[in-house]
Amino acid sequence: MMSDAAIRVEHATRASRIGLTVLVLLVAALAAAPAWADRASLRLMGEIFTFVALASLWNLLAGYAGLVSVGQQAYVGFGGYVLFALAILFGVPPIAAIIIAGALAAILAVPVAALMFRLRGHYFAIGTWVVAEIFRLVAAQIGVLGGGSGVSLPASVITGIAATRAMREHIIYWLALGLAVLVVGGIVMLLRSRYGLALTAIRDNETAARSSGLGVTRIKYLVYVATAAGTAMTGALIFLTKLRISPDTAFSVNDWTAFVIFITVIGGIGRVEGPLIGTVVFFLLRETLADLGSLYLLMLGAVAIVVMLFAPKGLWGFVADRLGWQAFPLERRLVRKP
Amino acid sequence: MPDALLQADALDVFYGDFQALFGVSLTVMPGEVVAVIGANGAGKSTLLKTFAGQLHPRAGAIRFAGETVGTLPAFAMVRRGVALVPEGRRLFPSLSVEENLLIGAQAGRPGPWSLARVFDLFPVLEERRRQPSMSLSGGQQQMVAIARALMSNPHLLLCDEISLGLAPIVVKEIYDRLPAIAGEGLSLVIVEQDIVQALSAARRVTCLQEGRVALEGEAKSLTREAVSAAYFGV
Amino acid sequence: MQWVNAIVQGVLIGGLYALFAAGLSLIFGVMRLVNIAHGDLIVLASYLALVVVTTLGLDPLTSLVVVVPAMAVIGYALQRLILNRTLGDDLLPPLLVTFGLSVIIQNGLLEWFTADSRKLTAGAIEVQAMQVLPGIWIGFLPLLQFAVTVAIIGGLQLLFYRTAFGRAFRATSDDPAVAQLMGLDTRHVFALAMALSLAVVAVAGVFLAVRTNFDPAIGPARLIYGFEAVIIGGLGSLWGTLAGGVILGVAQAIGAQIDPGWQVLAGHLVFIAILAVRPQGLFPKVQ
Repeated sequence: MMSDAAIRVEHATRASRIGLTVLVLLVAALAAAPAWADRASLRLMGEIFTFVALASLWNLLAGYAGLVSVGQQAYVGFGGYVLFALAILFGVPPIAAIIIAGALAAILAVPVAALMFRLRGHYFAIGTWVVAEIFRLVAAQIGVLGGGSGVSLPASVITGIAATRAMREHIIYWLALGLAVLVVGGIVMLLRSRYGLALTAIRDNETAARSSGLGVTRIKYLVYVATAAGTAMTGALIFLTKLRISPDTAFSVNDWTAFVIFITVIGGIGRVEGPLIGTVVFFLLRETLADLGSLYLLMLGAVAIVVMLFAPKGLWGFVADRLGWQAFPLERRLVRKP
Repeated sequence: MPDALLQADALDVFYGDFQALFGVSLTVMPGEVVAVIGANGAGKSTLLKTFAGQLHPRAGAIRFAGETVGTLPAFAMVRRGVALVPEGRRLFPSLSVEENLLIGAQAGRPGPWSLARVFDLFPVLEERRRQPSMSLSGGQQQMVAIARALMSNPHLLLCDEISLGLAPIVVKEIYDRLPAIAGEGLSLVIVEQDIVQALSAARRVTCLQEGRVALEGEAKSLTREAVSAAYFGV
Repeated sequence: MQWVNAIVQGVLIGGLYALFAAGLSLIFGVMRLVNIAHGDLIVLASYLALVVVTTLGLDPLTSLVVVVPAMAVIGYALQRLILNRTLGDDLLPPLLVTFGLSVIIQNGLLEWFTADSRKLTAGAIEVQAMQVLPGIWIGFLPLLQFAVTVAIIGGLQLLFYRTAFGRAFRATSDDPAVAQLMGLDTRHVFALAMALSLAVVAVAGVFLAVRTNFDPAIGPARLIYGFEAVIIGGLGSLWGTLAGGVILGVAQAIGAQIDPGWQVLAGHLVFIAILAVRPQGLFPKVQ
């Protein structure tokens, strides 16, 4: 009988080593972007990073933990409003406010999850939407933050970030990049841990996972709360950049859920790489087709349906399964130690 | 020589990548009672499901009443006169006893079987007709399942392990009714793990072992040793 | 008296919410599918009625003769061609496909009809009302709509529990594989269920169009009200859904009396309270 010390779990494969190297080089290049990109490009890339974060978080929630939420906009808006409240009412510097927004969202997410977990499957999805609507309606009642029409961020908050406009924009850009790296990195670390193994089991067959004593409910809580925190921090950053918040923009289903869902579905649900690919495709489409307005959304919906029916693993699943590509070391193989 | 009602030749049936039946052949003549026996996992249920249209063979041919049928879905097979009493009875929980019987007639095939006739056969069901189907005892539920299949007026009745989970006296009560069922010219294929019942009810027997036909012949001419050998593969 | 009148109006609009919910509940009962596009399909029916009224010159209630069959056909095709492919153990495909459908319908309507608010007029009946007690008025139209809702729910109950059709639905819902063994083509049964659901949606859409202003974006709110009515009333019971709708309507009416901005929020809070205290709903179907 072999002792445990003689075996270990290997996560990396040759494919994932290559993929990871490519990614690291990419992140390094992106970090240096203020040196080679113009203002408009920096803004666009920052926006891309926030969507990578949002989509990766939604993917973790729905693709891995099986919690299909149509209400994550609740936390996007919450994060935005917490940032504005802290900055306007208490003079908290923006970066600290982003972190506090994440912490507060985590706390709020606990009772929300307790209520929502009483609903199953599809009803859970709509329930999360109702929660987001409640947040929206409550926000519209908060007069000191502009009520129904919203409020703008005072200039002093922005100028407080850095001395020059260029520096401010760079910092916000790096915050976005950092957040995306943190979120994706955090998800990869989670999936590599034993929680990740449990999540994969839940994704494959929840009943079997439960009967093997995995503490499924606790893991779901963990994922829901962590996702809420990450989403709120991203929301805070998004509205820091937008400089203005209102209940309808903060809690918009279209902007924060529809787009995120389409990105994840088209890119590939249940794989970490999926949201990355999906975000790139989404923004390519948007930059080329944006003039079409609602027709663009219509097409996006149609594409998502077609992908879901005929290529449910999304673009990444379709391509990567055939070519054996991998960007992250997420396999598990038992290896004898030498 | 009269035409066979069901003629299955060299069937290969898979569940995904797993092969459950290897070149299995079976013939059922009109009005005949055939038993298919074998240990757990031998492929008996798989064979019945294939005849019923729930599974489709990857190789081999099935002819029923002169028609080639291997690719037809289950609802089409019922309409042609093949009825399955599924393993584990599988009554509809939301429906009462009577409603379970009535839905058996959904296919609308003409024939001798009706609600009245079925109640004649199993009087206890008439007493309980309005009760939820799952409130009946195991044996009574099995009667409902058989009666439900009969309501479709089949030419071929497939019975999958009707003795499973029932007390011997209840099993006997059910098997005592089989002659009345088969008497109308209906053909029966009975799948059983209970060899004694199977051999007493059927004229011909086929024994499956790990997806292959290990033995077949007239029930009365098979020796116990031969059957054991085929059943267990020793 | 103002309060009593508000509650009475709440009860009446609760009937409309129950109608929103009935189609949703039916589909979930038969095939465990929650159609996220449900509210948008109600709005689609409203626009369909608009087209029928403007091109054929019919009044809204007569337009039902066209809108109901049209929506039923759309429902059959939708289920048969698209939604049947999503059914199975995984809940992601139906959820995401119906979500995509919701976006498509909203934006399609936006492209075709613009975001302008519309309304259908039913003529004099819209303003007629009777005073049942001093200070308490019941409008003819809301009363008619409530009566129709009760009739539809009663009809659906009859259909499900007293007809062969309903038996087929219930059997297919219990065990689709064995339902096939009874000679039921489950693809067809599911499509018929969706056709029935959208026929009810058609009535709801026409009622909505006459009752209030509508535009392409109001679908999701109707889905949410229908959903809340189902949860408050209890899963699996159509009469429970009626009760849930009425409770939701009354909650909203009371909220509106306190402060107009609180109307919808009050309904959401009652929903949350039920979820917290009695998650199975007030009148769940006892299995």
